[in-house]
Amino acid sequence: MSESFDVIIIGGGPGGYVCAIRCGQLGLKTAVVERENLGGICLNWGCIPTKALLRSSEIWHLLHRLNEFGFSAGDITFDLPKIVERSRKVAAQLVNGVKGLMKKNKVTVIDGEAKLKGRGTISVVKNGQSTEYFAKTIVLATGARAREFPGLEADGTLIWTYRHAMVPKEFPKSLLVVGSGAIGIEFASFYRTLGAQVTVVEVLDRVLPVEDEEISAFAAKAFQKQGMVIKTATTVEKLQKGANNVTATLKSKEGKTETLTVDRVILAVGIVGNVENIGLEQAGIKVEKTHVVVNQWCETGVPGIYAIGDLVGPPWLAHKAMHEGVIVAERIAGVKGVHPLDTSKVPGCTYCWPQVASVGLTESKAKEGGRKIKTGKFPFIGNGKAIALGEVEGFVKTVFDADTGELLGAHMIGAEVTELIQGYTIARTLEATDAELQVSIFPHPTLSEMMHEAVLAADGRPLHI
Amino acid sequence: MSTQILMPALSPTMEEGKLAKWHVKEGDVVKAGDILAEIETDKATMEFEAIDEGRIGKILIPEGAEGVKVNVPIAVLETEGGEPAPQDIPATMEAIRAALAPASPPAQKTPSPAPASPAVPLAPRSGNGAAAPHTEQRLFASPLAKRIAERAGIDIASVHGSGPRGRIVKADVEAAAKGGVPKPAAPREEQTPAKSVAAPEAHAVSAGLAPLPDARLFYREGEYEAVPNDSMRKAIARRLTSAKSLIPHYYLTIDCDIGALMALRARLNEKSPKAEGAYKLSINDFVIKAAAMALMKHPDVNASWTDAAILKHKHADIGIAVDLNPGLITPIVFKAETKGLIEISNEVKSLAERAKAKKLKPQEYEGGAFSISNLGMFGIKEFTAIINPPQSAILAVGAGEERAVIRDGKVIAATIMSVTMSCDHRIIDGATGARYLQTLKIYIEEPASMLL
Repeated sequence: MSESFDVIIIGGGPGGYVCAIRCGQLGLKTAVVERENLGGICLNWGCIPTKALLRSSEIWHLLHRLNEFGFSAGDITFDLPKIVERSRKVAAQLVNGVKGLMKKNKVTVIDGEAKLKGRGTISVVKNGQSTEYFAKTIVLATGARAREFPGLEADGTLIWTYRHAMVPKEFPKSLLVVGSGAIGIEFASFYRTLGAQVTVVEVLDRVLPVEDEEISAFAAKAFQKQGMVIKTATTVEKLQKGANNVTATLKSKEGKTETLTVDRVILAVGIVGNVENIGLEQAGIKVEKTHVVVNQWCETGVPGIYAIGDLVGPPWLAHKAMHEGVIVAERIAGVKGVHPLDTSKVPGCTYCWPQVASVGLTESKAKEGGRKIKTGKFPFIGNGKAIALGEVEGFVKTVFDADTGELLGAHMIGAEVTELIQGYTIARTLEATDAELQVSIFPHPTLSEMMHEAVLAADGRPLHI
Repeated sequence: MSTQILMPALSPTMEEGKLAKWHVKEGDVVKAGDILAEIETDKATMEFEAIDEGRIGKILIPEGAEGVKVNVPIAVLETEGGEPAPQDIPATMEAIRAALAPASPPAQKTPSPAPASPAVPLAPRSGNGAAAPHTEQRLFASPLAKRIAERAGIDIASVHGSGPRGRIVKADVEAAAKGGVPKPAAPREEQTPAKSVAAPEAHAVSAGLAPLPDARLFYREGEYEAVPNDSMRKAIARRLTSAKSLIPHYYLTIDCDIGALMALRARLNEKSPKAEGAYKLSINDFVIKAAAMALMKHPDVNASWTDAAILKHKHADIGIAVDLNPGLITPIVFKAETKGLIEISNEVKSLAERAKAKKLKPQEYEGGAFSISNLGMFGIKEFTAIINPPQSAILAVGAGEERAVIRDGKVIAATIMSVTMSCDHRIIDGATGARYLQTLKIYIEEPASMLL
């Protein structure tokens, strides 16, 4: 008889493993099936290793400002294999950490590729061997991968996806990044900081298109100042591979075409859900635009089968997947008072330089439907801590409902803003209004004071500007 | 001077009641023993007598008011003439407002430790006119919810909070503004159609069932031992409460003469090999086989209910209630119609043994459409059982006993076994169930007919 569980989670990424931990905490007999490494893309090929890479590029950047801080040093060089090696070590350390967490929470980890096999049954294939398992509830958390267009496929040597861009064998002197979302911009920033000639192509009319317009404009200017070439409203028509370079044909919205020869190309034009070969169709699970269709509770409509994370659609963020994992675990265990995910309370972070972070509605989205709003803005140059750090580039912006004082959105660009955004996220979750934020005390001197000032500025009463 | 007449508690568990009828009006002079009003509780309507004499100064709670809490002023009795002190009125009105609130979560009011009742108020609250007892305790509402309520002119105390620990959040106030009732944050409240079978609890909540009184109210502490409910006991309580509340049960009883079956059983058991392959058939094994064969003949009975469709099963998967003392579980003999008596017998023994060792796998006790519960070994003549969802029926089997029966005008002795089938009327109509039992009776009374 096959082994049976209360819950089997297919996919051990941030959505899956967090769901497994919560299930374990709630006393459910839980297994997670992973075909590669626990931690999924996030830990192995995404969030974490890129942060390690970006840390290296940040240090490189600071090393070039030694003089400003009163140091001098001779020739500074970087060792690319070592930078990559550190990034891989960081990932490996965290994968081990997740293994430990599975053990601690009594979660069985099943190695192999899972497939749905009718009511409550899955098969897991490992090295050609198939084993059946049974579970009352199945959670699909198979994640997503880089999107590729016909004619614009990655080959791993000249044309990369994030996966190849993370483990470069040699440093490209010139680079074309296709797509200016978080993934594209982070790699553009990493390679540009280390000295590559970087061109970013974006089909929409601004970089970081999901962010507030003012943030996009500020970011584009900052990137250009660093020497990045940004081509918005532009598409890649063709990629012609040479011996050790690629010639790209770019076409602007006006129809003008130009060619550009670069060492490497990074494709970052979105992601597609991993919906193949897991038996979705036979199970009767609906898939739309490569994503599994679910309701607010991550239910697929097939009794006992849930789906979470990147597999079910945007925002494609690890913390969104984790939160859905917790919601689903608690729903399965019958915990009372569980609320569905509210995407307007999911913060987003981009770890380029300068960093970008936001939560809630952009100014233009907030205005939709004729809502009266008020906005506040405060620049880094007006903040003592920012000046002391030597990081004066950036600003913080708030968007409030003029009538109710609801904090509709907050948008930041500048040093360490990814660590700051949680303050506004808590404010949104607790439904604090401008009044409570105005009277909250922010420690001095910190970058967070700008968050206070941006709230006061919405009422025309900032203190330090 | 005036005194307040308070809502009486007519039973130890009464928390609130309906002021069904006033027998006095303002200005009436009453003496002790006069009937003032009729108070209606969930159990009865009782007359409420005056214990003092005086004149009814003011009636505070109108006739017909429901959900009036115990000990809330319902009228003012002037004992020595004069008006009630002016400052009494606002305080009294405040109390009345609180009193007229529909049931708030029981945990707040029960004098004893909170009963294990769901966190969701069982009585649905309406969006307007329902006042939370805000005079007694702090109101938890988000700043944004307060601000929106203020602007929309909504009394925030009247809003049901769906946030953590009942905190009132923006969505609750917006729902109240629209006149809708905010959804309680109970899991599985909103369901996809396919989920409706799996979550009967949600129906119980929405059906507005009143909670049962906490038994601890009736007994003195120290005169009992409180044995905490283990998870099996909780599961039994939950499932059977849902099943008995939500499935429209009805019962059919038929007597079966098991003389021939007993004789056959004795003959077959005699033929059992002594060593390898030994078997000992029980009467219940025959009943399982007969029930399975009868199900194949009456596919309408072999079914499960969903809101959209009746699921007619292709095999006779028969649940067997196993006494775990304490507790019970109903493992399933799958495809019983395809199995011989020895196979059924051995399988039941194995399932029962593993059930007692708590070694059953979920797929061994989940599913099926029909169960058999046999209390014959205890001498029980007949009984009724609760259907085990998602099944449609359960057969309660009594003891086979010698009874005097009249056959061809003569009183003779026969071994009779009464069986009672509980049927889900959503699936099985009366005559359908009766036809099934007719077939079952033939199979039991003449086991060889199963070969036909």
